[in-house]
Amino acid sequence: MEPIDDHLSQIPHAAAIGMTLIQHDDNGCVVKIPYADHLVGDPDTGVVHGGAITALLDNTCGMAVRIPGVAREDVMMATLDLRIDYMAPAEPHQDILAHAVCYKRTRNIAFVRATAYQSTPDDPIATCVASFMFTGTAEGGFSGVETTP
Amino acid sequence: MKLLLELRDQGRGKDMQAVVEQIPYMRFLGISVDRKGNEITTIMPFRQQLIGNVMLPALHGGAIGAFLEVTSVIQLLFDTACERLPKTIDVSIDYLRSGRPQTTYGRAIVTRHGRRVANVRSEIWQDERSKPIAVSHGHYLLTPF
Repeated sequence: MEPIDDHLSQIPHAAAIGMTLIQHDDNGCVVKIPYADHLVGDPDTGVVHGGAITALLDNTCGMAVRIPGVAREDVMMATLDLRIDYMAPAEPHQDILAHAVCYKRTRNIAFVRATAYQSTPDDPIATCVASFMFTGTAEGGFSGVETTP
Repeated sequence: MKLLLELRDQGRGKDMQAVVEQIPYMRFLGISVDRKGNEITTIMPFRQQLIGNVMLPALHGGAIGAFLEVTSVIQLLFDTACERLPKTIDVSIDYLRSGRPQTTYGRAIVTRHGRRVANVRSEIWQDERSKPIAVSHGHYLLTPF
């Protein structure tokens, strides 16, 4: 799968971790991070730090809240909470992918779940649930789900 | 290399600054550790690559989550001599305020310490300790000596 055009490169932390958007449609979105030396959390094993997976899941969940085709400036939001369960250490030298699905959007809040995996989504290394609050538009107006096409 | 074993053998088992300096991801985040007696404060100075929202600007939720996790793990290692780094089992993060582009500080408390699993609460703040930007609680799997 090739990276598709996205705004991840405009987010300094996402770019620094190496996130690329692989898929973003009605079935949610998939973001990938390649294995990299600066992401290692345990120099004894080469396993990627949980924090990098936290960042990946947070960002992927946030993107899943966005409806494909709606301008980024039209929907501003903030993460309210994020709960992550770590099932297995990430295998070193392999890409890590995250797939997030926004299963409910209300006027104020969006609810998302996500899975981080390497070879297949059936064998997760971490799962998470998150909620996001809509905070308005870049112009200061409130957006909520009124931006739904 | 056995990071924690080496530090212990050098008599630096409580040197948490040495730990953060040897873990690539903690170096990438720019985290350092301040120790006053038995009190540990983690410090994450602002750097551009921590930003998640350029317009506000605000720190990335992932950088905040990672800093909370590092704060928890460093406190655990300080309290308990471990053979290997604690493994995160789960973590729950509440985002309370937007993280501004400035230095962030962290403190953690080991709320329950079992033989194999510890429960840790962390909070991080910027200008005022009484106004945390995020808090977390998590479970960690331990490998004590």
